[in-house]
Amino acid sequence: MGRAGGQFVADVADWGEGMVKPRIVVGAHYGLMDWLLQRITAVVMAIYTLIFAFAVLGLKEVNQATWQALFSGGFMKFATFLFALSLFYHAWVGIRDIYMDYIKPVAIRLVLHSVTALLLIGYAGWVAQVLWRL
Amino acid sequence: MPEGLIKKQHQKKAVQQTKRPKFLNLIEIRLPLPGIVSILHRVSGAGLFLMLPLLIYLFANSLAGAEGMANVRALTDCVLVKLLLLGLLWAYLHHFCAGIRFLLLDVHVGLDLPAARAGAWAVLGVSLLLTLLIGVKVW
Repeated sequence: MGRAGGQFVADVADWGEGMVKPRIVVGAHYGLMDWLLQRITAVVMAIYTLIFAFAVLGLKEVNQATWQALFSGGFMKFATFLFALSLFYHAWVGIRDIYMDYIKPVAIRLVLHSVTALLLIGYAGWVAQVLWRL
Repeated sequence: MPEGLIKKQHQKKAVQQTKRPKFLNLIEIRLPLPGIVSILHRVSGAGLFLMLPLLIYLFANSLAGAEGMANVRALTDCVLVKLLLLGLLWAYLHHFCAGIRFLLLDVHVGLDLPAARAGAWAVLGVSLLLTLLIGVKVW
């Protein structure tokens, strides 16, 4: 890395007219953080999926009472909420990637980003209310 | 090799590169198998996201007493809704299996071509099989 104009830039032997300006490689690292969180949330969801599958297989009978009892337990309530939050954050990263790939006009992208983020926050509240009403 | 010849070859290569055929007929190009798994990962994720309101609605009602359960029944009695949910079940399972494959690729497991192909086959097969098993059980 070289220091140029007070900012760290990737080393490029020479950049002149018509060449791509070297990318600034320091910053808030939002991209790396999102990449990492997408994977961490994936692991959380995968583990929950297995817990859920075995919990349902362990039920003698799936009916309204046993289904409700399953999510009334403190552990399952907590785990399910954690799964939901992981899902919403995971979806945020994934859907944003899709927008960045296919939606080029900034105005439309901004609207889609905002709507998606607000929807996901709303879903989180909805799931919390469903679980803690039990 | 004399320097002039090397230079000539470089120029030849550059010309070849710019003359590479660009063939993007989406109907005729064939995506390699890992590519199919990859695009299905995106499609299934987008589908699941779009259907989140329906899924949370069903989850909420399934836990909202007899009345809520009646709402769930009424909705899922429709064959089209059942098919949609079957599709979403596949989407979840495919996204799950492909996701595990991508996590393994992240840690450099199964990177060479035969392993990548085998993994892609496994993802497609296992997710379809599980969809069939769970779908038949729940239908």
